[in-house]
Amino acid sequence: MMPPEDPAQWPERPQQEYPPERLLDEHVGPMVRPYVMTSGRIEPTRGRFDLITLVVAAGPEPDTAIGLGPEHLAIVRLCQSVTSVAELTGLLDLPVATVRVLLGDLLDKGFITMQEPEPEADMHDIRLYKAVIDGLRAL
Amino acid sequence: MVSGRSDGRRLPTAVKIVIAGGFGVGKTTMVGTVSETRPLRTEEILTDESIGVDDVSGVEKKKTTTVAMDFGRITMQEEYVLYLFGTPGQERFWFMWDEVALGALGAVVLADTRRLSDCFPSVDYFERRGTPFVVAVNCFEGAQQFDLTEIQMALNLGPDVPVMLCDARSLASCKKVLIDLVLHAMKTRGLVPETQKA
Repeated sequence: MMPPEDPAQWPERPQQEYPPERLLDEHVGPMVRPYVMTSGRIEPTRGRFDLITLVVAAGPEPDTAIGLGPEHLAIVRLCQSVTSVAELTGLLDLPVATVRVLLGDLLDKGFITMQEPEPEADMHDIRLYKAVIDGLRAL
Repeated sequence: MVSGRSDGRRLPTAVKIVIAGGFGVGKTTMVGTVSETRPLRTEEILTDESIGVDDVSGVEKKKTTTVAMDFGRITMQEEYVLYLFGTPGQERFWFMWDEVALGALGAVVLADTRRLSDCFPSVDYFERRGTPFVVAVNCFEGAQQFDLTEIQMALNLGPDVPVMLCDARSLASCKKVLIDLVLHAMKTRGLVPETQKA
């Protein structure tokens, strides 16, 4: 615990590692870096999110007050109808890893539900093949 | 475990088919021909760590690489959605292939008779992985009509692997390739197709 009366014993202020002018470098450009959107996280807190995991919005309308960024809200908007992880990355023009982290946050907060694809071992459902053949014939 | 339900309604299940083959063989064309929506592109950013096994001489300054895959979507009734993924062009991104091939219903290996060897790595990959696949020879204008048995022999394919001609720009032709693939995948997995007509 920090003794409030004795400034000499206060822990040293953390060294500022990056002087602000370096971050304002003109070469940084206008783009928000993917790792900023995920606060540096590279793995989702929840969920695995295969490229063809299907996601749909659920529960209440999220608002920005609960720590969601504009990218989170964009995902919820796109997920009003069932959408795959791959489609989200394509539509948002974000890397897959970034979208996975953002989806993990939304799953954690109950704003989306998801459906994992069939594992390969379960590829023995004849209905699946019939549905795919019928769907292809109908094209 | 997260349930696949939203408002009591079951979400559809996604199925994928992989379109593989050498660079410029028509993978993206095929995806675009059958996709109900404009094909999209998904990108994965790699760091030096993930491409460490590659020879990066001459590109020492390069810190990241982007691997892109084009894909399309076909909605099947209510229950299923089919996604078609074109594999990343460069063979060095094998780990991306693993992600794409995992859980795939099957794969189409597109071949160009003028550069038949370009599809060797794809054939090899799916053979080793045990993913059911067919070889579709994309008939570019001016390309000679090859004897399919010759191609089968040139690729050293097992007698069970279907080889066919196709035109990646033609919907009818792509449909036939994909239907043949699904029938082949059923047979490979021990599910006898109800009808053999394709």
